[in-house]
Amino acid sequence: MSSALKRDQHKAIGALLTPALIIIIVFTTIPALTTLSYAFFGWEGFQRTTYVGFENFQSLFQYPYFDQFKAALKHNTIAFVVIMTFQTSIGLLLAYAMFRVKRGLRFYRVVVFLPVIFSLVVVGYLWQALLDPYYGPINQILTGIGLPEFAKPWLGDTATALPSLMFINLWRWVGFPAIVFLAGLNAINQEFLEAARIDGASEGQIFRKVIFPLLAPSLTIITVLTFIGAYEWFDLPFVLGGSNGSPAGSTDTLALMFYRLSFGSIDSGANNVGVGSALGVLIFTLVGLGAALGSNLLRRREVEQ
Amino acid sequence: MKLLASRTFFQGILITNAFLVLLPVFFLFNSSLRESNEFARTPFALARNPFWENYRRVWSEGEFGSYFFNSLIITGGSLVLVLILSLGAGFVLGRYSFKGNSLVFGFILTGMLVPAKLAILPLFIQLKWMNLLDSRLGLILVYTSAALPAAVFIMSGFFKSLPSDLDNAARIDGASELTMLRKVMVPLVRPGMAIVGIYSAIPIWNDFFLPLVFLQSPEKKTLMQGLTVFFGQYASQWGVLFAGLCLAALPLIVLYLVLSEQFIKGLTAGAVKG
Repeated sequence: MSSALKRDQHKAIGALLTPALIIIIVFTTIPALTTLSYAFFGWEGFQRTTYVGFENFQSLFQYPYFDQFKAALKHNTIAFVVIMTFQTSIGLLLAYAMFRVKRGLRFYRVVVFLPVIFSLVVVGYLWQALLDPYYGPINQILTGIGLPEFAKPWLGDTATALPSLMFINLWRWVGFPAIVFLAGLNAINQEFLEAARIDGASEGQIFRKVIFPLLAPSLTIITVLTFIGAYEWFDLPFVLGGSNGSPAGSTDTLALMFYRLSFGSIDSGANNVGVGSALGVLIFTLVGLGAALGSNLLRRREVEQ
Repeated sequence: MKLLASRTFFQGILITNAFLVLLPVFFLFNSSLRESNEFARTPFALARNPFWENYRRVWSEGEFGSYFFNSLIITGGSLVLVLILSLGAGFVLGRYSFKGNSLVFGFILTGMLVPAKLAILPLFIQLKWMNLLDSRLGLILVYTSAALPAAVFIMSGFFKSLPSDLDNAARIDGASELTMLRKVMVPLVRPGMAIVGIYSAIPIWNDFFLPLVFLQSPEKKTLMQGLTVFFGQYASQWGVLFAGLCLAALPLIVLYLVLSEQFIKGLTAGAVKG
């Protein structure tokens, strides 16, 4: 390489790489590292006071925070298990159906994925209207087909609020695993499937013994992303239940609690930046460790094509 | 016979799913074209005489127009920055071999692991200190930073896949590095730019969390953030509310229908970024 070219390249590296790096460092790296330090200080409003060691972390495990923390963690865990079970298996079913049909494939692909581009604000308000106790079509249908006892104030009842949120989440997100699995299915070498068919395997056997093991990489991605999404669940609960997880905290999540601690709320009053940051660090650690551990375990059962 | 039966079964599943997806969307659009008290009486009836007045009211009363404009500015501004910066960085990281290339690349990728929400407090205090709180520019910079890592990752992949003779041919013709990037490379990585653009635009247009925290002035609020205000103002005026939701969802729906192939590719590319 000539030295003139080298000089030109060095200049290009400087000019083209530096702006992107500066923006990432200033608006992502520094704030992320600072969060860590915030958790070890006392705070009055947004003013930092003194170093307090692990006190903020301890507060999370004491009155009044511990009860909220336990309830929120429980809701996140339920959300992960339920979403993982239903959203993933329905997504897989839709993907496999799209893999098998020829007619209408383009249309189905566009429709399956459509809700994923909707804002959760739009989705939240749309479903709030659909589930409205008085005007909502869902309750009217239930009453109409002779099941009035099932017509409920879905989002206003502590027993049904969280399941309703998970259902709405399913409606909005299921296209995502479906498309990822479809991409995985299309990447499978057709010769394997042909060989299995020639050997007389049924479609069910082919799915279980050939396709499913080969889909392991897609399943790893979906599991890890679902885990992260479930433990950082914020938008939908916030739009439908506000920052307190209404009704009566039945839809509270760790991220909502983090938001209340960071910025205060109507009910619990002033914010507590120290405890909030401690919770933030805890969520990040939980999600990071869980995702790393999960992807390691899951990768082990991935097979080579 | 069995094959036919299973084909029918899968068609049935996909048609059912299409109904479950499209009915609520149709309900939303249909209801946006009906008078509010008419809707309250018969939520299911078809809008035979479209009542466009709802849309006129959404647009002319209240702040909806300004919310829409702010969202356009913020999403558009972030997109332009993300595209320009990821083109440059993707080009350098994808095509030059220099000391520290993989180190810089690895550092940029760690940006994808940091959930922006959890760094919100320091970001809030930092923006205040930089005089960028309650500012559209501040929000644009934060969004750019959040979208850049994935964008650089995708762009560098596209640059890597171009044949290596290309650079030298342009260099022999006496083009400088920047001219070569602009004239030779950029036209060839357009598909990548489409994916990056879509992949960045959806979450920015749809986001309400960062505006909620960072923007306080009513005249700076974005569409998704503004919808929450709007829902308070027009409570029980169903027709107007539905019209508002339709308008908020419309830009991405149009973009999606036009570019659905790239949309789907972009989001799966984003998903398998790890």
